[in-house]
Amino acid sequence: MKKLDQKLSRRRFLKGTLHGGAVSVGLPLLNVFLNENGTAYADGMPIPQRFGTWSWGLGMSESIFVPKKTGPNFDLPEEIAALAPVQEHINLYTNFHVFKDDAPNLCHHSGWVVLRSGIAPTARENRPGETIDVSVARQIGNATRFRSLSATATGDVRDSFSYEGGNSVNAPEWSPLRFYQRLFGDGFQDPNAATFTPDPRVMVRKSALTAVQEEAQKLEKSLGAEDRQRLDQYFTGLRDLERRFDLQLTKPDPREACVMLEEPMDLPTGLDADLVAKRHRMMTDLMLMAVACDQTRVFNMFYASAFSATTQPGYDKPHHTATHEEAVDPVLGYQPRTSWYTRRAMEEWAYYVQALADFKEGDGSLLDNSFIYATTDQSFAKIHAIDGIPMFSAGTAGGRVKTGLHIDGAGSPGCRLGYTAQKLMGLDIENWGDKSNNTSSDIGEILVT
Amino acid sequence: MVKQAEMMNTVLAKTKAAGSVMLMLFAVLLVACGQQPSEPAEPETAASPLRTRLLTGEQYSNTIAAVFGDDVANSVLPPIPPMDRTDGLLASGTAFVGVTSDQVSQIQQTGAAIAARVVDEEHRDFLIPCSPESIAAADTTCAGLFLGEAGRLLLRRPLEESRLAELVQIADYAAEQTEDFYDGLALALEAILISPDFVFIADRAEPDPEAPEQERLDSYSVASRLSFLLWNAPPDDALLQAAESGELHTEEGLARSVDRMLASARLEEGMRAFFDDLMTFDEFESLAKDPNVYPMVTGTTLEHAREQTLRTVIDHLITREEDYRDLFTTKKTFMSMQLATVYDTPTRQGWVPFEFEEDSPRLGLLTHVSFLAVNSHSVRSSPTLRGKALRETFLCQKVPDPPPDVDFSALIEAENARTAKERLAAHNSNPSCAGCHLVTDPMGLSLENFDGAGRFRETENGAELEIAGELDGIFYEDIAGLAQATRNHPKLSSCLVNRLYAYGTGGPVSLRHDRDTLAWFEDRFVANGYKLPALLRDIALSGAFSSVRSAETRGNIEDSFPIKSPAERASAQPSLASVENQ
Repeated sequence: MKKLDQKLSRRRFLKGTLHGGAVSVGLPLLNVFLNENGTAYADGMPIPQRFGTWSWGLGMSESIFVPKKTGPNFDLPEEIAALAPVQEHINLYTNFHVFKDDAPNLCHHSGWVVLRSGIAPTARENRPGETIDVSVARQIGNATRFRSLSATATGDVRDSFSYEGGNSVNAPEWSPLRFYQRLFGDGFQDPNAATFTPDPRVMVRKSALTAVQEEAQKLEKSLGAEDRQRLDQYFTGLRDLERRFDLQLTKPDPREACVMLEEPMDLPTGLDADLVAKRHRMMTDLMLMAVACDQTRVFNMFYASAFSATTQPGYDKPHHTATHEEAVDPVLGYQPRTSWYTRRAMEEWAYYVQALADFKEGDGSLLDNSFIYATTDQSFAKIHAIDGIPMFSAGTAGGRVKTGLHIDGAGSPGCRLGYTAQKLMGLDIENWGDKSNNTSSDIGEILVT
Repeated sequence: MVKQAEMMNTVLAKTKAAGSVMLMLFAVLLVACGQQPSEPAEPETAASPLRTRLLTGEQYSNTIAAVFGDDVANSVLPPIPPMDRTDGLLASGTAFVGVTSDQVSQIQQTGAAIAARVVDEEHRDFLIPCSPESIAAADTTCAGLFLGEAGRLLLRRPLEESRLAELVQIADYAAEQTEDFYDGLALALEAILISPDFVFIADRAEPDPEAPEQERLDSYSVASRLSFLLWNAPPDDALLQAAESGELHTEEGLARSVDRMLASARLEEGMRAFFDDLMTFDEFESLAKDPNVYPMVTGTTLEHAREQTLRTVIDHLITREEDYRDLFTTKKTFMSMQLATVYDTPTRQGWVPFEFEEDSPRLGLLTHVSFLAVNSHSVRSSPTLRGKALRETFLCQKVPDPPPDVDFSALIEAENARTAKERLAAHNSNPSCAGCHLVTDPMGLSLENFDGAGRFRETENGAELEIAGELDGIFYEDIAGLAQATRNHPKLSSCLVNRLYAYGTGGPVSLRHDRDTLAWFEDRFVANGYKLPALLRDIALSGAFSSVRSAETRGNIEDSFPIKSPAERASAQPSLASVENQ
C-alpha cells in the first residue's frame, strides 16, 4: 500500500484533549438565547420561547363553526364544541382573508401557501418564498439540537407545510418509531442527567466538517449556476450542523418536564379517522416531549393534508371528496358528513393544545411559553373559498398574548396573524406578505400591552 | 448510400406521426426489393445536459448495501427527502430537489448510525480488510486501506491522494481522542457519508479529445449513469476499473461493460426501480383500503399487488424479452395466496406463474390489482384517477388539474347514484369540469368492472355497468378492447422511450433538443420488436448518453420548458388545454 503523506500543511483539528470528559468545553451563551424576552426561572435562567404550527384540512362549515360572539367567552358552535376544555388557551380568528390577486385560486393550495409563506402561488407546483416556521427557526432555532422538527399524522412523508424554498421541503417524520429513534436514540443528551460528559466524537465530527466543506467547494466549481445554489444550500446545512455540534459539547440546562418515553410501536398505513387520531396523538406526544426536553423550539404538526383523504368508517367518501359531492342539508344548512371530519380535526386540535398545557414549566406550562399558529387550506371547501379562512393560535408566548378570544378580522389579511407571530418570536420585520396579503398591522387585540 | 440513409431518416421522421406501421412496411418493401435497410445514424447533435442528482432513497440504500451489505443498509431508513414527480418520474425530480438544513442533520445522523454498524464487533471482521495493531490506538495503514476502498465505492470514483490523507488523519485523530481505532474509523467514514459528492451524483465534464470544442462526461460519470440506469445502484468494482482504464470512452470497451451489465441479474433490480417509479408505485407506501368496504385487502395484499406487477413486467420484458406493447394484453402473470382472494382464484403457496383464463376479463397491466387499487380511493373506485393514470403514466399525456377558480357550487352528487357513471354525470354536465373528465373518464369507466380494490364485479349497487368506451378515436366494447387500444396507441412506445431516456440521463427530456434523438431511439425500438434490453443498450451506447451539451447550449436550454425546476416551471401560467409532452 502506498505510504500516506503525513505532512499535511494545515492543522485543522482543534487543540485540546477530551479523553472521556476530563475537561469541560464551555461555550459562550448564544446571543439568541439572551435576546429572547422570555420569563425566567427562579434562578434567573430564561425560559425559551417556542413556535409551533398545526394544520388541518378543508376549512369549516361556517354556520356551525364561527361563534356569534367575539372577544372573550365566545360561544362554541357545534363544529368546534370539542374545544371547550382548551378554550381558555386558544384564540379563534375568523373573517380574515387570503388574497390571490392576479394569481389563480389554486384549489386547496393557495390558502395554505399564503398563510404559511405570505405569497400567493401561481401554479400548483409553485411554493414561493419560505414558510414562516423556517423564518422563525432562523431566529430562535439555533440553540437546540434540532433547528426545527416536523411530523405528520397521515403517515405520508410527502405531507409537509414546511419548506426553505420551492424545491426544498422539510420532510416530516411519519413513523412514530422512527421519530422516537431520531429524538431519543444515539445523540440524545438527557438535560436532567446528574453528570455531563462531553462526547469526544462530537469534537471530531466538528473538525471533520472542515474537510467535508473543502471537498464540497471543489465540487462546486464544476457545477452550473442552479446546481451551485443547491450545493450552497447544502453548505448552509453543514454550517448549521457545526452549530449543533457546538451545542452538544455544552451541558444542557435541566428541563423539569423532560422524561424519557417508552419506544412506541409503529402503526399500519391508512387514513381512517381513528387511525389518524391515534397517530396524531403518538406523534404529538413525541414532538412535545422533544420540545419539553429542549431538543427544538420550532415544531410543525400536520394533522391532515390540504386534500385531506381521511376516511370515515362505512362512508364511501373521503373528506375531500365529501366536501365537493355531499349536498348541503337544506334543514341543517351544512354538510353533515363533511362536518363530521372537521369535528374530528377539532378534537385533535384540542388534544394538541391540552398536551402542551399539561407540561409543567416554571410557574406555568409549556403552552405558556409557546405560540402555536394553526391554519387550513380553505374556508368553505365545497367551492374552494379562501375568503374568511379560519385560523387559531394557542399559547401566550411567555405572557405576551391574551387567549380565550374570538377575533373578527373584518376582511383584513390573514397574514396579520403570521406577521404578529413573527414579531412575537423576535423577527425584525416591518411587514410580511406579498401584494394584497402584505401587512404591517399586527393583531393588537391579542397582545398584552 | 449516405443519401439514401438521409432520405430514410427524413422519411422516418415524417412518418412517425402516422405510427410505426408505415415504417415497418417501408422496411419490408426495401428488403423485398433486395436492398438492405441502412440504419439511420444517431443525430450528430445528440447530447445530454450535465446533471447533479440527489440520490433517491432507494439508491442510497442500494449504495450502502452494495458496499456494506444488506443488513447494514436495512438498519437505517434513507435520510432522503421525497422528490417532486417531474415529467412523470420521481427520478427526474432528483435533478432539482434541494436539501434543507434539517435534512442535512438527518443525513449526518444516518451516516453516524451506518458507520457505527460497519465497525461494530459483528461486522468489522467482514467489512474491514485489515486489523489494527492495537484496538485502542490509531493505525494509519489499516485506516487508509479501508477508507481508500470504501471511499472509492461510495463516492463512485477513486479518492484523490490528498483527500484520502485527510480522511486518514480524521480517523487517526479520532482514534486518539476516543482511544478506539474503530471509533476513529467510523468517524472518518461518517465524513464520507455526509459529503455532498456522496449524496449527490454530480456529472463531471471533460473536453472530448475527438471533438476538441465539445465536452463529454468523464469516464466515472459515464460509469455512474450506466450503473444507476441499469442497476439503480452505484458502479461496482469492475465498472470503476473500466472507467479508470479509459475503456468506457472506447466503443468496444463501453459495449463490453454495457453487455456485462445487461447480462447481470442486477438488471432486474434496476428495471424494477424504473417501472416502480414510472407506474407511481410510491403510492403504495401510504396506500390503504377501508377494511369495512374491502375486508379481504390488507397491507400485505397491497404489497403483493405491487410485487405481482413488477414480477410480470420483469418476466415479460427481461426474462422473456417480449414486445413491450404486449404487457397491456398479456394473460401471463404471477399469483400468490394473498392475492388469490382478490382475484378469486385458487393457487398454490408462494409466488407461482399464473395465466388468466381465456374468458377472464383480466388481461394486461391495466387489469392488475396494483393499477386498479392505486388509482382508486380507499373506499371506492375512481374512473377519473384510472383514466388519468393511463394517459399520464403510459402515454406521457398531461391531464390538467381542475381549472383554477372552478365553481363547484353546482356540483352535488345525486345521492341515489348507483354507479360511477351516474356520479360522474354531475361533472360532465358542468362545462368547466367536462373538458377534463371527458379526457379521463371514458377509458376509466371501462375498468368499472373492478372495484376500488381491484376485485371483479358484474354490477355496482345492483346496476349494470356500461363499459364500452373510446381511447383517442378507437372505439371498443369491453376491457379487452381497451387493452388492445392501449397496446396499439401510437404514443405508447414513444412514451417509454421518453421516460427511459430521462431516467438514464438524470432529468426530464428537452423537447427542443432531444426530439430527434428520441425519434431515433424510437425507430430502433420499433425495428427491434419493442424489446426493452435492446432499447436499454441503444441508450447506454448512444452518443447522447455520454456527450455533454455545450455550455452555450446549456445556457439556452435553461430557458426552455422541460428542464426548468418545478418551481420555475410552475410560475408560468397553466394552460387548460390538455398538453402532450411528446
